[in-house]
Amino acid sequence: MDGPFATAFSLIASGDAALMQIIGLSLRVTLSAVLLACLIGLPLGAALALARFPGRGAVIVMFNALMGLPPVVAGLVVYLALSRSGPLGSLALLFTPTAMIIAQTLLILPIVVSLTRSVVEDLWAEYREQLLSLGAGRLRAVPTLLWDGRVSLLTGVLAGFGRASAEVGAVLIVGGNIAGHTRTMTTAITLETNRGNLGLAVALGIILLTLTLTLNAAAWGAGEWAKRRLG
Amino acid sequence: MTAAILPLELRAMGYAVGAAALLSDITLTIPAGRRLMVMGANGAGKSLFLRLCHGLIDPTSGQRIWADGSARPAAQAMVFQRPVLLRRSVVANLDYPLALTGMAAQERRFMIARTLDRFGLKDMADRPARLLSGGQQQRLALARAWAMRPQVLFLDEPTSALDPSATRIIEKMVAQFSEDGITIVMTTHNLGQARRLAQDVAFLHSGRLIERARAADFFVEPQTAQARAFLAGDLIW
Repeated sequence: MDGPFATAFSLIASGDAALMQIIGLSLRVTLSAVLLACLIGLPLGAALALARFPGRGAVIVMFNALMGLPPVVAGLVVYLALSRSGPLGSLALLFTPTAMIIAQTLLILPIVVSLTRSVVEDLWAEYREQLLSLGAGRLRAVPTLLWDGRVSLLTGVLAGFGRASAEVGAVLIVGGNIAGHTRTMTTAITLETNRGNLGLAVALGIILLTLTLTLNAAAWGAGEWAKRRLG
Repeated sequence: MTAAILPLELRAMGYAVGAAALLSDITLTIPAGRRLMVMGANGAGKSLFLRLCHGLIDPTSGQRIWADGSARPAAQAMVFQRPVLLRRSVVANLDYPLALTGMAAQERRFMIARTLDRFGLKDMADRPARLLSGGQQQRLALARAWAMRPQVLFLDEPTSALDPSATRIIEKMVAQFSEDGITIVMTTHNLGQARRLAQDVAFLHSGRLIERARAADFFVEPQTAQARAFLAGDLIW
């Protein structure tokens, strides 16, 4: 049996070193970006839900709009910031995994912020009087609402992960697709397909799909469990 | 022991949204240790009255003066018509307000154990609060309020969503709170319940306090035409 699928399966089955290296880097970059985006986005989204200030509507619209930010544009922005003549050029981060993490964080952040804002705003409407009565002010309510909204928030985090693991544009521009250094699953698929090296491309495609499927199944299961268990 | 926060003195307290006065000119002293039923028809302003007293909102006119001089004393609690329980276990729900006061973990555990015991919640300690029945949820809300060791407890129609047996349980608990020396301020439009629990009555009509009396007098001989009509409505039904 020959052809790209056969090659793909034998690559996966044999645990090909180059393949594993690419998968490892992709996971490292995307998971780091998700983590960073959550660290910034969860409190920021919650604050945006509870705070009242002039221009709040504009900020919300901006984050909603940024959910559709094209990855190549995010890549370009980070590229300009990190390039030698850019404001952060002295850090020499361009074409490193760190640069890719920054670019993907930028991509995921609006999703996390917008979803958190909407979840927390709904919860706050329900909890406001009770929390004030129990002695929790707005600031103290933030962690409470984030925790009580954990199941819904997981969906947002997952959407962020999905977006980051699927995009090519941002990591390609700021990472440069350097073999063994900044090559991720998506950039490798692009390159190997162009080269006609379909086996590796298909292998990566299968793994990418499996990963997304597994994560979504896990999140769905967690949501169902929580509904039954937590009410 | 913290300073006594009661009596609560309301001086010409009012609340308006724009030009619409929802409550006006409420002058009333709520003394310690009694059960006050706030009565009146739907829309008379009963819930709003409780929220103003409890400090969830501030009056737009007049004053709300606690005996300890603070703007919003901590030694008060409120039970809502539909209690909001956190999406956590029964124990975590009891722990939440105690942790907010900065109580040490050991003392909190002791207080929670006492509360579970007293309110018969021991066998559901680890159950998710949101999955309890309506009556159990309200019982937990009362337990949570009790654990906060309030001097005054506000209750906003705590049994209106409950069946008669759950209602009886809640009423019994309210009576026990009262025996512990906790001042009760409660709204209800269940006249039977008001008769069972009231020591004093404040009767609201269209956002004004038009009658304030001892329960014994109010139910026998209301002074205003509106209160008479309100009480008569009960007989007609």
